[in-house]
Amino acid sequence: MVTKLYKGHRVIIGSLNLIFLRPVIVSISHMNKIISFDKVSGILVCEAGCILENLIAFLDNQGFVMPLDLGAKGSCQIGGNVSTNAGGLRLLRYGSLHGSVLGLEVVLANGTVLDMLGTLRKDNTGYDLKHLFIGSEGSLGIVTKVSILTPPKLSSVNVCFLACKDYTSCLNLLSEAKRKLGEILSAFEFLDHDAMDLVLKHLEGVRNPFPSSMHDFYVLIETTGSNESYDREKLDAFLLHSMENGLISDGVVAQDITQASSCWHIREGIPEALMKAGGVYKYDLSIPVEKMYDLVKEMRIRLDASAKVVAYGHLGDGNLHLNISTPQYDDNILSQIEPFVYEWTSKNKGSISAEHGLGLMKANKIHYTKSPEAVQLMVTIKKLLDPNGILNPYKVLPPSLFT
Amino acid sequence: MKIMVAIKRVVDYAVKIRVKPDKSGVEMKNVKMSMNPFCEIALEEALRIKESGLASEVVAVSVGPSQFSETLRTGLAMGADRAIHVEAPENIYPLTIAKILKALVDVEKPGLLFLGKQAIDNDQNQTGQMVAGLLKWPQGTFASKVVLDKEKQVATVDREVDGGIETLCLDLPAVITTDLRLNQPRYATLPNIMKAKSKPIKKFTLQDLNVEIKSDLEVVEVTEPPKRKSGVILSSVDELIDKLKNEARVI
Repeated sequence: MVTKLYKGHRVIIGSLNLIFLRPVIVSISHMNKIISFDKVSGILVCEAGCILENLIAFLDNQGFVMPLDLGAKGSCQIGGNVSTNAGGLRLLRYGSLHGSVLGLEVVLANGTVLDMLGTLRKDNTGYDLKHLFIGSEGSLGIVTKVSILTPPKLSSVNVCFLACKDYTSCLNLLSEAKRKLGEILSAFEFLDHDAMDLVLKHLEGVRNPFPSSMHDFYVLIETTGSNESYDREKLDAFLLHSMENGLISDGVVAQDITQASSCWHIREGIPEALMKAGGVYKYDLSIPVEKMYDLVKEMRIRLDASAKVVAYGHLGDGNLHLNISTPQYDDNILSQIEPFVYEWTSKNKGSISAEHGLGLMKANKIHYTKSPEAVQLMVTIKKLLDPNGILNPYKVLPPSLFT
Repeated sequence: MKIMVAIKRVVDYAVKIRVKPDKSGVEMKNVKMSMNPFCEIALEEALRIKESGLASEVVAVSVGPSQFSETLRTGLAMGADRAIHVEAPENIYPLTIAKILKALVDVEKPGLLFLGKQAIDNDQNQTGQMVAGLLKWPQGTFASKVVLDKEKQVATVDREVDGGIETLCLDLPAVITTDLRLNQPRYATLPNIMKAKSKPIKKFTLQDLNVEIKSDLEVVEVTEPPKRKSGVILSSVDELIDKLKNEARVI
């Protein structure tokens, strides 16, 4: 059996499991060459083992950016990003990898090298097979080459870190931001009081932008555009208006890149802070934004003082990272959380895995989000492409459906 | 007492610098510009002194093209009371800047003049010393701690020198240039950014101040530092010895 190892990030939830007999681990880290880059179209073709940060640096020199960015960029590989359909911090602006990946080369379970490495933006010939391999977590084939559309790098980036008094204000701020900032809005992230508290306690070198007071909610907004003074004017007008309407209770605007990075560091450092705080149960949920925080509140009531419920995520994408931090792992606490969290999400028409995938631990939970007919079709596809079940076994789909 | 702080607009500390193909200078088009980090520290120190009640006003001043007023606006958002923008071309050398600052000191008559110890773009580290010379004021450069005594009209300045800290006592008025460890500059908060919009930025021309731009310096060429070659991993000691002998020729 073959388990693929794309380094980094996506091993977060349901990690590589070596309990199975004699697994074969395939590392593609030596497939790290950039094959071509077209400066007019912005289309990058590279091998799947390229580390995301190296691609970002390469494109930076060419005046372009990767359409995705995430905290683990220093170690994760583009093949893994594609196989897991990684979301990350720029999804709000550039959309998911289903949109920006133009082509793939994939090795199938029987050794066939499937060439779908197109560089065309429009190609309606037959079924668009590459989408099967984006986000299927390596269960249908090994991605070996990627062609991806990259947007030009825009020079004017502004970051502000804002405090809001309640969740409703965060939501209203989001809809204001979409209206008033429009095309320059590139990220809208939120974290709650408990997440901020955790970062300040457990991460070194983190600076609280509001040293004199704590707030209940924090929002990080990033704008990316082509004209600094125009963007700044737009952002200032939006901030002034939001402050007058009481949506923002306090805020700072980064005056240079170093300040912008330290604002981002707070948001990106939450997973690391959680690891340092002890045991953590992680849930990556898509929930209609207006109901999102109700789950957090209900969870806090359920768990009372036994665990710390931390909420943060990509509010602009309706993606909540619900993390429950405990001094150590405890089955009693777990039984309080599951299956409640899945049932609640399902009842509210959410997804139990927004961007992290199902992996091993959540394979059996697919029914909370997908209909039986859809799951059955997935099983048929898996059996067709990997009849012996050698690729990432027991993951994505419930193993019971294969016996 | 009034404090004057000189501020320079430079290519952002975090931007990767590119040299122009014709080697005449650094590529400035479409590059993020920010306040020189040492100037930010200088301004922060002035603001803290004012907040502790030892100064009545902080005036931020800058010399350069029209965009420099944006950087002054940042200074106002951090908390400076008002600003002075001397309109001048870019790339003026320290002696001219020092003459302009002296002229501004003659107009404003501050009790303290703060500068960053150097600007991160051309690393000259001369302006503070030169303006102190022109004004015939005492100077405390590379300050890592500043304590004011209003009664005695002295400033005690700790300077980081090789092997320790040198402590100087300066009679006011004086020039102080700031080092990295002096303080951590504040963020510009939203209410202060909004307030800064209505704070005045007074404009001066070089003629107003009676300063002429001339330089004895000419930039001949700007080049990038040589690129470091990447290392190689060898498979055996023999191979290493072979390379040291035949390639590096060190043994």
